[in-house]
Amino acid sequence: MIKAILIFNNHGKPRLSKFYEHYTEDTEQQIIRETFHLVSKRDENVCNFLEGGMLIGGSDYKLIYRHYATLYFVFCVDSSESELGILDLIQVFVETLDKCFENVCELDLIFHVDKVHNILAEMVMGGMVLETNMNEIITQVDAQNKMEKSETRQPETIS
Amino acid sequence: MPAVSKGDGMRGLAVFISDIRNCKSKEAEIKRINKELANIRSKFKGDKALDGYSKKKYVCKLLFIFLLGHDIDFGHMEAVNLLSSNKYTEKQIGYLFISVLVNSNSELIRLINNAIKNDLSSRNPTFMCLALHCIANVGSREMAEAFASEIPRILVAGDTMDSVKQSAALCLLRLYKTSPDLVLMGEWTSRVVHLLNDQHMGVVTAAISLITCLSQKNPDEFKTCVSLAVSRLSRIVSSASTDLQDYTYYFVPAPWLSCKLLRLLQCYPPPEDGAVKGRLVECLETILNKAQEPPKSKKVQHSNAKNAILFEAISLIIHYDSEPNLLVRACNQLGQFLQHRETNLRYLALESMCTLASSEFSHEAVKTHIETVINALKTERDVSVRQRAADLLYAMCDRSNAKQIVAEMLSYLETADYSIREEMVLKVAILAEKYAVDYSWYVDTILNLIRIAGDYVSEEVWYRVIQIVINRDDVQGYAAKTVFEALQAPACHENMVKVGGYILGEFGNLIAGDPRSSPLVQFNLLHSKFHLCSVPTRALLLSAYIKFINLFPETKATIQEVLRCDSQIRNSDVELQQRAVEYLKLSSIASTDVLATVLEEMPPFPERESSILAKLKKKKGPGAVSVTELEDNKREGGELNGGGDRGPDTAAMAASNASTPSPSADLLGIRSAAPVGAPPASTGSLLVDVFSEAGPAAPSAAVNDDGFLSSAPPSEDPAPPLSEADELLNKFVCKNNGVLFENQLLQIGIKSEYRQNLGRMYLFYGNKTSVQFASFTTTVSCPGDLQSHILFLNVQTKPVEPLVEGGAQIQQVLNIECLTDFSDAPLLNIKFRYGGALQNLTLKLPVTINKFFQPTEMSSHDFFQRWKQLSQPQQEAQKIFKANHSMDTEVLKAKLLGLGTALLDNVDPNPENYVCAGVIQTKSQQVGCLLRLEPNAQAQMYRLTLRCSKDSVSRRLCELLAQQF
Repeated sequence: MIKAILIFNNHGKPRLSKFYEHYTEDTEQQIIRETFHLVSKRDENVCNFLEGGMLIGGSDYKLIYRHYATLYFVFCVDSSESELGILDLIQVFVETLDKCFENVCELDLIFHVDKVHNILAEMVMGGMVLETNMNEIITQVDAQNKMEKSETRQPETIS
Repeated sequence: MPAVSKGDGMRGLAVFISDIRNCKSKEAEIKRINKELANIRSKFKGDKALDGYSKKKYVCKLLFIFLLGHDIDFGHMEAVNLLSSNKYTEKQIGYLFISVLVNSNSELIRLINNAIKNDLSSRNPTFMCLALHCIANVGSREMAEAFASEIPRILVAGDTMDSVKQSAALCLLRLYKTSPDLVLMGEWTSRVVHLLNDQHMGVVTAAISLITCLSQKNPDEFKTCVSLAVSRLSRIVSSASTDLQDYTYYFVPAPWLSCKLLRLLQCYPPPEDGAVKGRLVECLETILNKAQEPPKSKKVQHSNAKNAILFEAISLIIHYDSEPNLLVRACNQLGQFLQHRETNLRYLALESMCTLASSEFSHEAVKTHIETVINALKTERDVSVRQRAADLLYAMCDRSNAKQIVAEMLSYLETADYSIREEMVLKVAILAEKYAVDYSWYVDTILNLIRIAGDYVSEEVWYRVIQIVINRDDVQGYAAKTVFEALQAPACHENMVKVGGYILGEFGNLIAGDPRSSPLVQFNLLHSKFHLCSVPTRALLLSAYIKFINLFPETKATIQEVLRCDSQIRNSDVELQQRAVEYLKLSSIASTDVLATVLEEMPPFPERESSILAKLKKKKGPGAVSVTELEDNKREGGELNGGGDRGPDTAAMAASNASTPSPSADLLGIRSAAPVGAPPASTGSLLVDVFSEAGPAAPSAAVNDDGFLSSAPPSEDPAPPLSEADELLNKFVCKNNGVLFENQLLQIGIKSEYRQNLGRMYLFYGNKTSVQFASFTTTVSCPGDLQSHILFLNVQTKPVEPLVEGGAQIQQVLNIECLTDFSDAPLLNIKFRYGGALQNLTLKLPVTINKFFQPTEMSSHDFFQRWKQLSQPQQEAQKIFKANHSMDTEVLKAKLLGLGTALLDNVDPNPENYVCAGVIQTKSQQVGCLLRLEPNAQAQMYRLTLRCSKDSVSRRLCELLAQQF
């Protein structure tokens, strides 16, 4: 099971946090800090897996991450997940974001946090993988955008 | 066209985010956020109804603020209102807010549930998916109650859209995880399993997570998934890379699903159906073959996906552990990966090999990679990988390579990362002990360990080395010599001082012959470290000093002077001061004989599970370490209740020598009562005290004819005796006190005393829960004709209280009279209600015939004369049996004393044998008994012979005693 999905930048600023188990807000923030601390001090070209996070799940718990330009994508998973499989999943997620935002960059994640959540929701639900086919995911996101557009064409009032 | 157009966002939101990003300091950021929170709050509270767009905008701002780590304590109601909007955008943002921010606020959940209900029945797939997502995200009990029965219907309905099916599968999984009792699969089982055959791969992907989880919990009901999974896997594996279109990922067909199918199969043993199994083996072979084919793409994603499947296939092969051919292929494949340039693959290969090492088919194959693994430990740049290498070395270690592996681990320790040092130390200590052929190697290793990584050597490790040295006299001299040398280093770790102090205090005499390590040199060496040490170590050293006075009378003056100086005798630490005062006094007033008795060498430690192993297990969590128990190799657990886990703590070292380990020494885990330390051989006076206690005289009226004791006989029949009742009984043959029984609810402790043909037993019933036991009754009965043999008198000062409060303990007293000899044990039935459920259990009371022994001292001549007199064949009972417990002399002696007989020295011409004599006192007669126990240490066997004046007693004693050694 995926326990949490975190995205933060090279300075540890969170850009997305999605927890699939309940933690208090304080713990969530601690987990993000601890994870950043563990991941950011690692060299490039070491392996993409590491243990040692204390806050989620104890010993049956791994961080699997990829570093893209300014962002870290970290999946916190238990031993029921395939490590390489999760790496592929991160890649699918990033490629999907890239298609949806057209050359995704950190700013897209900042200004469209709701969209990022929607895209992620098409892939992962309740900590389990819902869909791995990128085209299928994008089709769903497109459909949502169409609905959104059709609704914004007739605003009810001016804010 | 990008799927998300960047222009049509919400302007107010963008401005706010930009403001935050432009903040120069944390304070400025907080200020800006507080301003915004105040603004939103006033908007939400304002009279003017907000339109959907504004609500959405504000909720988005709140989400952003939350992500920055600020608490959001309002806005929930507005989010709930958005759920009932007909507009997708508003509904969607409402659900998002709830899934990020709401956990189980019961007030709101009801409202949310209403909205979900509407959306689920809307037949609009988008709305249905939003609702299902929300349930899966929140997953509260109330949601399970509301929807657990509805969702399976959606999942298997023929007209449900694929995307909705996918969401329904994972939603159901979430509810099953949080409230398994509410998700009843029953009728749906077969249709859910058949989702594995669904045409839409996305549906299979989602469903397989659900099926895997359900299979783990109910393997039998979901068994049919095995053949379906195999055929699905086989279709994927044999398909061309383009067959599965969108589910082909960088030329690999459906890698994610393949991994999940292989994981599902790991929930089950190998398929029994030959055809299914054949197909599966074919799949696994194909996967292994594909690994050798040239890659279809140079992209890392391609090899990643391919290897993800390969590793899962290997895990399955290891899980089955039945196909030697596949196991060896798997091992070779992993061997290739060990040298791969991709760090990820090296990491995973080491990890998989760790599990492979424990399979008998591949253990040898794994061992061939030892050099590579050692090299990885030395040269890997990545600490995660080094950690895996260390784990694998630990797993592949056996007698043949232990020395090499331990040496490598030791040398790695010198540079190891701090984070893994402690674990490494434990592993080295365990391997050294487990595979020690000669114990001098073991001692060297542990001392090296302390030298290299002293700070990481926990108490358990140095306790253990001392336990082993004390228990093995062949290594004591070597240990003394080595530790003496190690202490000569100018800076040595405090743990080394502890081990040194302890060992020299016990065995310093073994090296005192050499003038370079004469008593005074030893003492000066130890004392030169004294001032650098912490209080506990100093205390230990003081004990070592007093032991020195006993070992080497010539050091007495020097040591007394040290003890007498102000820094000791007036030390501000009470423990040190007390030791100094007492030891000084002891050394000056006690005669050499007394001193020699008090300060005698430590008796051997009873063996239990190695405390180090226990610690490693705790560190890694259960099941994470694969260890064949240490005891397999060397020794069996002793029965003594002495503190095997307890370290050789310093107080025990000074004091415990006064008494040989007595099986009846205080061992009651229960909270009550003063210690009852007297060994049975000398209980006479104590018993008189107990019997003359102020308790009222036994009201004989309480004995009813059928021998039942209970004041309120319960209506239900007493349960039959527990299956382990005999075993529990056997534990008490040689001791009178202890915990008779314990489960999660109840603990029963026993203290008992016997004199002549009378006994008194105190039963302590402890309620281990926090809930009261109601209708608590106890009944003692004598099965068969036993009642004519033993008589119980109920002398409870008050009847057992029917209510036992949580955490409380109640006491019951039984008086026992032995009328004539007997074989069966009386039964104790206990009944009570715990949370409404009737608990009913029956135990055997540990009253055995030997309890009525009076020891009889006699000379060798008398013994053999009596022995000859009891020469009728039926008077003798003999048994030859294998040793079940430690054959250590002290342990045996203690047990024989615990039996209640006199242990006679200098009777048997063979000093290895034990002979005992005693008289069993019953009301009707006295039965004289002689016992001879002949151990054969080499064969680990005993011959036990009993001769008694009554044949039934010989037989019974022989049966009882054969279980004890």
